[in-house]
Amino acid sequence: MTATAEGKSAVGTARVRLEGLDKVTGAAKYAGEVDFDGLAYGHLVLSTVARGRVRAVHADPVLALPGVVGVWHHGNAPRVNTDFSGMLGPVDPLLGLFQNDRVPHAGWPVALVVAETSEQAREAADALAVDYDPEPHDVVFGADRPEAYTPPGQEDRSKGDIEAGLAASAVVVDREYSTPEEYHNSMEPHAATARWEGGRLEVVDSNQGTPMVAGDLAQLFSLDPESVRVRAEHVGGAFGNKGTRPHLVAAVMAATALQRPVRVTLTRRQMFSLVGYRPPTAQRVRLGADPDGRLRALDHEACSQTSTTIEYTELSATPARTLYDADAHRTAHRLLRLDVPSPTFMRAPGEAPGSFALESALDELAEKCGVDPIELRLRNEPEVGPLSGLPFSSRNLRACLEEGARRFGWADRDPRPGVRREGRWLLGTGMAAATFPSGAVPSTASATAEADGSFTVGVNASDVGTGARTAMALVAADALDTDPDNVKIRIADSDLGPAMIAGGSMGTRSWAWAVAEAARELRERLVPGAEVPPEGITARTDTGAAIGALAQKERYSFAAQFAEVAVDPASGEVRVRRMLGAFAAGRIVNPLTARSQLLGGMVWGLSMALHEEAARDRASGAVVGGDLAGYHVAANADVPDMEAFWVDDPDPDDPVGIKGIGEIGIVGAAAAIGNAVWHATGVRHRHLPIRPDRVLAAGREAPGA
Amino acid sequence: MSPATSSTITLTVNGEKHTLAVDHRTTLLDALRERLGLTGSKKGCDQGQCGACTVLVDGRRTVSCLQLAVGAEGREVTTIEGVADGDRLHPVQQAFLDLDGYQCGYCTPGQICSAVAVIEEHAAGWPSVATGDVRPEAGAPELTAEEIRERMSGNLCRCGAYVSIVQAVARAADARTPGTEAEGATA
Repeated sequence: MTATAEGKSAVGTARVRLEGLDKVTGAAKYAGEVDFDGLAYGHLVLSTVARGRVRAVHADPVLALPGVVGVWHHGNAPRVNTDFSGMLGPVDPLLGLFQNDRVPHAGWPVALVVAETSEQAREAADALAVDYDPEPHDVVFGADRPEAYTPPGQEDRSKGDIEAGLAASAVVVDREYSTPEEYHNSMEPHAATARWEGGRLEVVDSNQGTPMVAGDLAQLFSLDPESVRVRAEHVGGAFGNKGTRPHLVAAVMAATALQRPVRVTLTRRQMFSLVGYRPPTAQRVRLGADPDGRLRALDHEACSQTSTTIEYTELSATPARTLYDADAHRTAHRLLRLDVPSPTFMRAPGEAPGSFALESALDELAEKCGVDPIELRLRNEPEVGPLSGLPFSSRNLRACLEEGARRFGWADRDPRPGVRREGRWLLGTGMAAATFPSGAVPSTASATAEADGSFTVGVNASDVGTGARTAMALVAADALDTDPDNVKIRIADSDLGPAMIAGGSMGTRSWAWAVAEAARELRERLVPGAEVPPEGITARTDTGAAIGALAQKERYSFAAQFAEVAVDPASGEVRVRRMLGAFAAGRIVNPLTARSQLLGGMVWGLSMALHEEAARDRASGAVVGGDLAGYHVAANADVPDMEAFWVDDPDPDDPVGIKGIGEIGIVGAAAAIGNAVWHATGVRHRHLPIRPDRVLAAGREAPGA
Repeated sequence: MSPATSSTITLTVNGEKHTLAVDHRTTLLDALRERLGLTGSKKGCDQGQCGACTVLVDGRRTVSCLQLAVGAEGREVTTIEGVADGDRLHPVQQAFLDLDGYQCGYCTPGQICSAVAVIEEHAAGWPSVATGDVRPEAGAPELTAEEIRERMSGNLCRCGAYVSIVQAVARAADARTPGTEAEGATA
């Protein structure tokens, strides 16, 4: 990296967010807050049956209500094209709003009501009578069902003979684990404000990537891509649920039909059927090892739920392909297709639930072998990719385990479970290892030298709370050899050109690569001492070729998670007392915001371990209590003091050294807490969340707990 | 709008009077956001579960999505836009900014309004569930990290910025009463 004039690199220096002042003063405008003249308000109406057909939508009485300007449903909606593939694959049929009368799951959009005020729109939506021809539905998930199938493209990966490996093992762990339906619940509900202006469709939307969303919109409404502009200046959290979503299609449909601006905002409850979720998983892990804990066989099979409309596989067995080697090694995924909303990517898709099962099983193996859990992992550190045989770009899990153990005070730990008591509390500590892929996706960026000596950098990043804007300023400052204050950053506007979305822990790395290259190219074109013309000098880059030329390697972040819990055996309450995350996750661009992001991931792990669970009602096919009272996420009082730190781990093949930190924070965190609960009580919890009733029930059965 | 379903009211927001006709169903939150252009107060759930819409009404924190606009007439409403003293940030805002007590920023206005009130409630001697000794003669409890966590638990943060939020509230409480140690800011 180029150093700045003071000899200090901007990357790696803590910096307050560029948009921070706007966020703490309420000045930051989110998608549902943009004021367009003549704005009308849309409200979606969702199906009350879980499967069947819409027989009739009684729009007339609703159209007569005060302020109502339109009602759209399958009987009158304009055609929407859903026969295309977007950035993430085939388009979700959910985006084909009101294109037919089929209802594939509870909470499917069946109508849109638009009115002059939000109160009128909501009243009209509530008043809209819809008749259905219901059909029997099936929403019951379980791994024991014979209809489970292997998803195409996700065939089993294996080497060696699992059964022989297990038979030859002195110690065997064979356990089943499960995780429930979990919902992203970004604090900002999805919102889009759309209008036609000067022959262009202009949309302000809350999403993870405007190039993806603009491309989808052009396809959906058969528009010239140049005529679509999508912006997402501020995004109130995403975590995987803010791709192209039905609220946006509804807003554009109505704005086009009415030729006036329309806003559609989802309610919190609507977010429980329209924007995806993490599917429930049922997993089986079988480990075979020598008495010293060295693995001979590793088998991880994970079943998850998908919908009838689009296939999504939660790839929970993938962490084992990176973390541990064994002569016999098998990882497999199964799917069960049900009459439910389509699940989707949710923070660390696959790795989050998968690491809970795998790292819980490793802890059980450590117990059976009488080996310290950290030592067990160190004994099983692979030299190369367990299945690929490829080298790791860098693998600093050992440093995470060792330095994490030192900081956490692991050495003093008495391995026996259920022996530490403090008043009514039983105390325990636990740990887990973690991994998440690092990747970069071709992106474009521009860098402009302005006549006044400043620089402007445009990159179509989306700041969903990651601090992307600020990170890009730091990367650009180093590459331009200037101060971050001298760089203006433009993001989140589809007019800026194609770029990776904020997802897969790949945003910052992909964007930074493009920004660094554009800045480097600009510097080469600047003649020292020469005057910059009034329009500035601009360099543009596309990282496609450079990323395509990357050598094949195992590219991953790694982490070690530590937790201390207190369990009240009388009430079943579990309190997390402290957590420590040790990360090897590439070069850290902004330590201030990186710490927040890593800690946030750990909070998600805590929340997943103890709180989060959506219950799907068999009778209605819908989630019971789908809101923030019925679906618990960790509140302030649930979260103790936590620490996140990182070891030096720059990616040697990335121009900035970045790996990506959006997801590694949650991986392994729930397992560390579950393992700590075992250490406190002597009882294993293999089904999340670890609710008080489960602790009580297990305590009654377990001896000495 | 029909007089049977709407009224003309005067709202006092951040010291400024606004006269407007509102649908009786309009919440204080929607009146602020949709009618007065004060979009700093956020709508996270619209049913009193998340705290993103927290504002101060007569100095006390209120979830504005559960209060009707017509019911706020004659009260002093303070929103996030009115927390700072001109260009000088409120110590709570400054601490959130400096300590990165947020990520996406959507819960932040509610967190900050809540924190402003928490510090006042604590200074006035109000106990919380986390307070050990609630007898009046015991005096104000120390504003420990545990007290802050308890008192701030009506404001959800899905990004999980709680660790920094607790530190920010402790730092701002320190700034209010110079010289006092907000013990437990990192405990």
